[in-house]
Amino acid sequence: MSDKQHPLLAIRGLKKQFGATEVLKGVDLDLNKGDVVSIIGSSGSGKTTLLRCVNLLEEYQGGEIALDGETIGYRSGDGRRRRLSDRELSRQRAMTGMVFQSFNLFPHLTAAGNVMLGLRKVLKLPKAEARAIAENWLARVGLAARADHYPSQLSGGQQQRVAIARALAMNPKLVLLDEVTSALDPELVQEVLNTVKGIADDGATLLIVTHEMRFARDVSSRVVFMEQGRIAEDGPPAQIFGAPKNARLAEFLRTTRH
Amino acid sequence: MQAFLDQLWIARWPLWEGLLLTIGSAAGSILFGTLLGVIVGVQLAYAPWWLRLPFRIYVDIMRGTPVLVLILAAYYIPAVAGLSLGPTQAGILALTLFAGAHIGELIRGSLQAIQPGQAEAGRSIGLTFPQLLAYVLLPQAVRSALPPWINTGVELIKGSSLLSIIGVGELLLKTQEVIGRNFMTIQFYVFAGILYLAINIALDQLGKAVERRVGQH
Amino acid sequence: MEYSLHFGAVWASFDKLLSGLAIGLGLAVVAVAIGTVLGLLAAFASVGPYRLLRWAAAFYVSLIRNLPLLVLVLLAYFALPQAGITLDKYQSFAGALALYSGAYLTEVFRAGLISVPKGVIEAARAIGLTRLQTNVSVVAPIMLRNALPSLGNTFIGMFKDSSIAAAIAVPELTFEARKINVDTFRVIETWTVASGLYIAACVVIAALLRGLERRFPKF
Repeated sequence: MSDKQHPLLAIRGLKKQFGATEVLKGVDLDLNKGDVVSIIGSSGSGKTTLLRCVNLLEEYQGGEIALDGETIGYRSGDGRRRRLSDRELSRQRAMTGMVFQSFNLFPHLTAAGNVMLGLRKVLKLPKAEARAIAENWLARVGLAARADHYPSQLSGGQQQRVAIARALAMNPKLVLLDEVTSALDPELVQEVLNTVKGIADDGATLLIVTHEMRFARDVSSRVVFMEQGRIAEDGPPAQIFGAPKNARLAEFLRTTRH
Repeated sequence: MQAFLDQLWIARWPLWEGLLLTIGSAAGSILFGTLLGVIVGVQLAYAPWWLRLPFRIYVDIMRGTPVLVLILAAYYIPAVAGLSLGPTQAGILALTLFAGAHIGELIRGSLQAIQPGQAEAGRSIGLTFPQLLAYVLLPQAVRSALPPWINTGVELIKGSSLLSIIGVGELLLKTQEVIGRNFMTIQFYVFAGILYLAINIALDQLGKAVERRVGQH
Repeated sequence: MEYSLHFGAVWASFDKLLSGLAIGLGLAVVAVAIGTVLGLLAAFASVGPYRLLRWAAAFYVSLIRNLPLLVLVLLAYFALPQAGITLDKYQSFAGALALYSGAYLTEVFRAGLISVPKGVIEAARAIGLTRLQTNVSVVAPIMLRNALPSLGNTFIGMFKDSSIAAAIAVPELTFEARKINVDTFRVIETWTVASGLYIAACVVIAALLRGLERRFPKF
């Protein structure tokens, strides 16, 4: 399946509009296995929408997304493209993990219960095995002692680390991180960034939307700058932050760094 | 169908009277219930505890007791107390006491939802408490209590059907009498149901329209 | 006024009142259990993507909420046999009350559904749960917890409405009270005790519900 013939994620000509507003105007992006790619850009540039399209939380009007060689979200035949069935979409979503800005933990389940839900219902693992995997992942994000706490009993940083464990425990091919520190108090940001750094070092493939420029520089193998629904520049962090070619990127970096 | 229409034509006047009595008893009890409810609501919101207590007890008894029990109690009790009330009067009394408690709670809730600054502003320009109530607080409370107040009307129309059990000749009792003569059970119960629906949906729409208007301010 | 209070005659029949109370509670439990299923189905339909189902749910709620319960009860007991469906008085009343409570519970659950954060639903979809799995494992538990206080109030309301079963001679509390009233003429005592029993039952149910709410802390 995952030979070197095709990239892990291949986005081609992705177009998305909300009503009359065009949010993505033809985005092309490739990720290989083990890549850590950060997307930066001002708000409204379409970076979060791009992530949500990859996880099939949004429908899109044009272009194609292929994950590990499989076209996802739509089927095209006799000249028309059709959205896949709910069951198919669910199967494909399970191949990617997503961590949200606002954590979105299930409030009625404990930390372990949050991690176990997908393992039990989607991967159909027996309870004991799911529990073992959940405890293992919670330990890896430093929350072994909080497995039986409810989200309301955890700090924001702890909740976000549970959300990371929830996404990673499904053993996804690709993990999407959507501004995972934006809703956190400043003193809690670092613990979450360290957790992300840890999973990146372990070889996970990550597509990250972030406002943390220093973090993007430290953790990424590539950085992508989005501007008005298009990718304006794509390169290694040293190039993007050290010698930006695109004038808008240079401007963006000046204003965000103060 | 033709047979039903024939029977309906024969029964038109009793049913019409029943419909009028249904609307009349609901209207009467919401009118008296509102007067009672405003007094109750003001006491619950502002009275000292010893004055508030009897009103609290009244409201809780009314809200904990089924309407049918209130109706039966209002039907049987006045006679031994030396009062002679006909079934219609007893029924309206029971529905009034029920409505008074509900509207009292509505008014209390609306009064307590008014920002304390309103009362302070009223006092600061020298209004007495009754003036404050009449010119500042109640007008605001009534406005926000209006949509649920209209909904109380729907409850009273529905509740008035229980008066048939003590022999008040409202719509449901008249319907039963008609059915007793022609045995068209389904047809006439459904017909009565449609009349109740028509009145209540009209009230419901009125409530929604009022809510939209109140919401604009 | 020549009336002095004598509760003796009422106490002599107190067991009848208690068994009447139990029947009323039983009818309310059965009706609300069925009504909960109806209400859940209609509530999910009313926020779902299918226009026909949304319309059907809205029609059900509006139809039933605007009809007097007594009309539904009389239809179930006296009119259904004409259509070839014969139910005994308990079944007719429980059925009518189930239909009635279902309409109120639809609104309760609908409000609960709307209160479930969109992001939590997306998180469930993101780990690959199907729409049905999301509804069962994530949306329903959150919604039920949020709806618990209103669900309890609806149950208390339906318990009070079980008094209407007296109209078709179900020997519940109100029916028994009326019989004692007619037999003994201890009018004030009878209705004081009957009302007291209803209020006591409501207070106990409300206290149990508050205990339940504390056991499942709000999210």
